[in-house]
Amino acid sequence: MARYGMAIDTTKCVGCMDCVVACKTENNVPEGLNRDWIQTIVNGEFPNLTMEIRSERCNHCTNAPCVSCCPTGASHYHDGGIVLVHHDLCTGCKACVASCPYDARFINPEGYADKCTFCVHRVEEGKDPACVSVCPTYCMTLGDLDDPNSEISKLVKSKNNHTNLPEAGTIPNIYYLIGDNND
Amino acid sequence: MIEITNTRMNHLIDPSLHIWGWEISVYLFAGGMVAGMMIILGFFFFKGREKEVDCVCSILPFLSIIVLSLGMFALFLDLEYKLHVFRFYTTFIITSPMSWGSWILILVYPVLALSVLLKLPKIISKLFPKIEKISAQLKSNRKLVKSVGVFNMILGASLGIYTGVLLSTFQARPLWNSPILALLFLVSGLSVAAALVHMISKSVYERELLAKADNAFLITELFIIILFVIGMVTSVKIHQDAITLFLGGPYTAVFWIFVVLMGIVIPLIIQSLAVSHKVKHTPLAPIFVMIGGLILRFVIVNAGQYSSWY
Repeated sequence: MARYGMAIDTTKCVGCMDCVVACKTENNVPEGLNRDWIQTIVNGEFPNLTMEIRSERCNHCTNAPCVSCCPTGASHYHDGGIVLVHHDLCTGCKACVASCPYDARFINPEGYADKCTFCVHRVEEGKDPACVSVCPTYCMTLGDLDDPNSEISKLVKSKNNHTNLPEAGTIPNIYYLIGDNND
Repeated sequence: MIEITNTRMNHLIDPSLHIWGWEISVYLFAGGMVAGMMIILGFFFFKGREKEVDCVCSILPFLSIIVLSLGMFALFLDLEYKLHVFRFYTTFIITSPMSWGSWILILVYPVLALSVLLKLPKIISKLFPKIEKISAQLKSNRKLVKSVGVFNMILGASLGIYTGVLLSTFQARPLWNSPILALLFLVSGLSVAAALVHMISKSVYERELLAKADNAFLITELFIIILFVIGMVTSVKIHQDAITLFLGGPYTAVFWIFVVLMGIVIPLIIQSLAVSHKVKHTPLAPIFVMIGGLILRFVIVNAGQYSSWY
């Protein structure tokens, strides 16, 4: 069984928001809501500054609090560890929204909890998610983290990287690449 | 220095989480109050002291059903997908406190209904003599009365603890992420329930008894709040940051003035003077306790959503 994850090379991302637009178009995300977004982190004091630009979304955590707290089983692990929501089971109680330390979820105007699906409908057809497929700098890679020969596994192994809030204990599956190992 | 810029501006999520409004606060208050009422009435049923405390045993079960139903209605109003409310009862998710809570709420009703039957309010006895007959039969079975008392205490404690656990298991919201919250909500529920009896009972003995009990609950609540603050202040950075909401942050005044001073300290002083017969019993103190209990839920629900890992 695959374990899907994503690697995002922050040294390549320019924050163009193409991924954001592609996601909204592909998934008909309602106006005023986003399944993915751009976060820019500037660190240091002028002139010694570093900047990290990240395309962020649901981390499809291995230990997802949104899944464990869901009272109806609507939030669940799909094949490959992708965290999804059964719209038919969701009551819109918002427990999952409160449980996510990344604030990656929101309530769809139709009443159910909504978030990034890694474009599972495309992935199951062997395609890349919409955000990955449109990225002009090729900074995003989706793949099987359990396969040592997959591109993502090689990237995570060869580049310095970090995950978002690993101290939250959620075991996120999105890796932010921050340079070569020998940097 | 770190400067973070985020392009996300999702409704009810940004700039800070505000998904749960008055409905959840009211629900938690109602749940806590019913929990307190169940524990108190359960205790007296168990001890066989129903005759001593008429208000507790004849009015509280009936009132509990009404208050709990109002609370559940508030919860229903909060659901974004109301037609799917039945989904709570098509499964049981062991890791979900909300799932536990849903089932506890369902178990509470039959026990409360039995409690109503064990000591019928006078109006019901007069209006429905057949029910009075059933009640008399049930009352004669001491084992049953004791069992109902025990079930009331167990389910009441479960309900009271659940209202706190529901929030405390959200580690994404550092202010909520304290196991002490469960105890705080349980004791606050007990204090509100005791205050209610203190306010509505016509018996001097019952009022005195429940005022004394309320004083004990208020002292315990104060102690738990101090522990809660100490626990947060001495914890990791996200907890330290979260508690600044009450220690100089935007919720400082409302928490210390309305919850602690008005909701605990002032009624404690008034009730202490009343039980030592230095002043007359007044409904002011229990009203303050009840308002303080409600504001406690509002403050915790709102401030908790304001706190985050970022």
